[in-house]
Amino acid sequence: MINWMSVQTIRNVFSVETGYRLSDDQIVNHFPNHYELTRKDLMVKNIKRYRKELEKEGSPLAEKDENGKYLYLDFVPVTYMLPADYNLFVEEFRKSPSSTWIMKPCGKAQGKGIFLINKLSQIKKWSRDSKTSSFVSQSTKEAYVISLYINNPLLIGGRKFDLRLYVLVSTYRPLRCYMYKLGFCRFCTVKYTPSTSELDNMFVHLTNVAIQKHGEDYNHIHGGKWTVNNLRLYLESTRGKEVTSKLFDEIHWIIVQSLKAVAPVMNNDKHCFECYGYDIIIDDKLKPWLIEVNASPSLTSSTANDRILKYNLINDTLNIAVPNGEIPDCKWNKSPPKEVLGNYEILYDEELAQGDGADRELRSRPGQSLGPKGGRSRDSGRTVLTTWK
Amino acid sequence: MLQEESDLSLVIAQIVQKLKGSSLYAQLERQAWASLQRPEIKLESLKEDIKEYFKISGWEKKLQNAVYSELSVFPSPSHPAAPPEHLKEPLVYMRKAQGSWEKRILKSLNSMCTELSIPLARKRPVGEQKELLNKWNEMGTDEPDLSLFRPVYAPKDFLEVLINLRNPNYENGDSLSFRTHLGLIQVPLKVKDIPELKEFFVELGLTTGQLGIDDSTQVPPELFENEHVRIGQKVLAEQDSAAAQQYIRQGSPTALRAELWALILNISSQPEDILYYEQLKTNVIQHDLLVDSLIYKDVKLTASNDDYYFVFEDYLYQVLLCFSRDTSVLGHFAYNSASPPKSYIRGKLGLEEYAVFYPPNVAPLCFLYHEPSKLYQIFREMYVRFFFRLHSISSHPSGIVSLCLLFETLLQTYLPQLFYHLREIGAQPLRISFKWMVRAFSGYLATDQLLLLWDRILGYNSLEILAVLAAAVFAFRAVNLMEVTSLAAAEAVLADLSTLKVMPLLQIFLFATVT
Repeated sequence: MINWMSVQTIRNVFSVETGYRLSDDQIVNHFPNHYELTRKDLMVKNIKRYRKELEKEGSPLAEKDENGKYLYLDFVPVTYMLPADYNLFVEEFRKSPSSTWIMKPCGKAQGKGIFLINKLSQIKKWSRDSKTSSFVSQSTKEAYVISLYINNPLLIGGRKFDLRLYVLVSTYRPLRCYMYKLGFCRFCTVKYTPSTSELDNMFVHLTNVAIQKHGEDYNHIHGGKWTVNNLRLYLESTRGKEVTSKLFDEIHWIIVQSLKAVAPVMNNDKHCFECYGYDIIIDDKLKPWLIEVNASPSLTSSTANDRILKYNLINDTLNIAVPNGEIPDCKWNKSPPKEVLGNYEILYDEELAQGDGADRELRSRPGQSLGPKGGRSRDSGRTVLTTWK
Repeated sequence: MLQEESDLSLVIAQIVQKLKGSSLYAQLERQAWASLQRPEIKLESLKEDIKEYFKISGWEKKLQNAVYSELSVFPSPSHPAAPPEHLKEPLVYMRKAQGSWEKRILKSLNSMCTELSIPLARKRPVGEQKELLNKWNEMGTDEPDLSLFRPVYAPKDFLEVLINLRNPNYENGDSLSFRTHLGLIQVPLKVKDIPELKEFFVELGLTTGQLGIDDSTQVPPELFENEHVRIGQKVLAEQDSAAAQQYIRQGSPTALRAELWALILNISSQPEDILYYEQLKTNVIQHDLLVDSLIYKDVKLTASNDDYYFVFEDYLYQVLLCFSRDTSVLGHFAYNSASPPKSYIRGKLGLEEYAVFYPPNVAPLCFLYHEPSKLYQIFREMYVRFFFRLHSISSHPSGIVSLCLLFETLLQTYLPQLFYHLREIGAQPLRISFKWMVRAFSGYLATDQLLLLWDRILGYNSLEILAVLAAAVFAFRAVNLMEVTSLAAAEAVLADLSTLKVMPLLQIFLFATVT
């Protein structure tokens, strides 16, 4: 049977104290230590670690440009943990004092507790604490991350938006993940302005539906959302096909890289699968940024269309997680046949990629003409998902 | 032979006259003067050399495009003694009907004015002007009280008028025969039948590649798509309007569409155009028209609630408000049977006329153009070439009357069982499909499908495809429709068109149905 659990329950199920063991015919919808990916601070930590490892290995993926920025792995905005990295942050802040930063509590969701700052004085609280009580561990509830705010987001109709993409991971080692074709864009109801006077106006800056829902102009029929296909059509029509394809390739790339970053530390329990909600922002140079990954992406619906989408999402997820709708057996090889994918597409299949030959140590990169395709997404003719070569 | 020649020279003279007043003429003149500096231009053979220069530098192409563009809207040659009204619309009863329809609209507007004590037009006080200028990019967030404004008319009302059109010279006879038209439209206009449509739309045939069908994921791109894109790029490089129009009959690749449409409609972004747009914008700021509130209300009700178009709400206001003040639009009324009602601002501040119309289809264009003045130009050109015909009564083959008749005839001739059944249950098919056609399917189809459809409108310079598509939709859902027993149920079956793929439907209906 499939146990659909909340994050809380998962913690209990897998905690050492309870001694609860899942039997072979039980599968659950979370990995025990998913927070390595879904907590904002741990995600950044893991990605930083992953990058350093690749650099040490001398992998071409870790190549940097003349400014010291990673060429292919720079997809997370500069981030520091507070209060732990306060001093490091101050150093960075002073380099560009007119920049805006966004403070996010590590353990919360739905846009709760987020605010923007552009002056050091606004976060004095975290500096004071770190100076006086360095050996008192901060409870996780008060831990924050501070990231460089992307103040040049791509605007459509003058509005800021972000992308919510669903990614299903059935196993981390070997990595097998699927991307849901029907992701969507969430629009702010108010026109975007980077002006400092509007930093407090969360309707301008935060796209979470939980926040936008309370805005005056929130529309309940379409809920301020566009499908990813709409976005693609718009970008292709106004910017051209090549840059649009490149953008989408990059998005797929950063999702796969983020999963690879946490794969080594994930408890790859065979009873587990997980569907993540990836939040991505595109800036006006058409560069995608990974903002965060959600472990319990909202499965409530705000509009009629939304309901249909979420229903299909759950349906397709379960079809992949469990073979043929039969009683799950966690010993199966987790390789579902093509027909059950539904609206999912294979994003990356490590086994397939490795099976393509021994000299595939050089992983593929977007826009480079070397290395294999990351994974086949369709067999005949079209490879829509990955055009890495 | 002589008649044709003199007709041709008349046409040429008229086009030359028209072009002399355009900015292209001024540009050509400037270019000609500038070219005198060039070494290859010699005094002895001045005329030939300049012509040669024009050919090489692409200016001749621009002229060709302009002529082509004029030709496509040029009314067909007519009797030299024909009065101007006749040129607009040769059938008297149509003219009369359009006239009384306009009077009705005007009366409705005027009564709304008196009821609400709002003038048809007024100059804005300076404070209000400043405010509007600030809010220009955000008009969507404003929420004035619009509850008292009623839309001037709904598509249903317009349909009623069309249904009641009768040709006084035509005697239908009381006896029913196989030729009796069972539909709602009762005017004897000539419409194409399927063999004629097949010929007209020959490029949509089964053996020709199409975007919208042959670019789907199962088909390898080498078969059609890549080549088609390559040709498209070539056409754009050549800047040839006529070639573009021919090319787009097979659909336009998304990346090239914005430029292709601009080329076909012969829109280039000259500084004068941007200035013109700014001037219109100033007009909007300075004067407030009653029509504005109606536009505002209409956009709020439709586009703001639409899944795809809500993002562009603010653009829609900008474009439509400017459009309602654009007097150059009146130029097209020379070939439209409508004549715009006049209105004078209190104090006669110069603004003379504006057209009253049902706000047409701007939203899909926002997917292609995000620069306001370009968006505006494209929209205006699309309106004066095509969409105005959906809102006025005329006998033109692309006019709404002909489209309705074409739709009903197709249905009655090729799906008689379905047609009869629907008629029996009180669900005349036209009552359902009218709203699709009058909006050129905007708001009913998915955006990418809509754009493919509009590609063909541009390519064939005709709106007939709307009627064919409407009939094809009915054919597609025929099985379900045969089982319904009420108008409401029929509407329900046809309520959601957002999943339909336009090109396969058209192809099947035109080329693959056994007739």
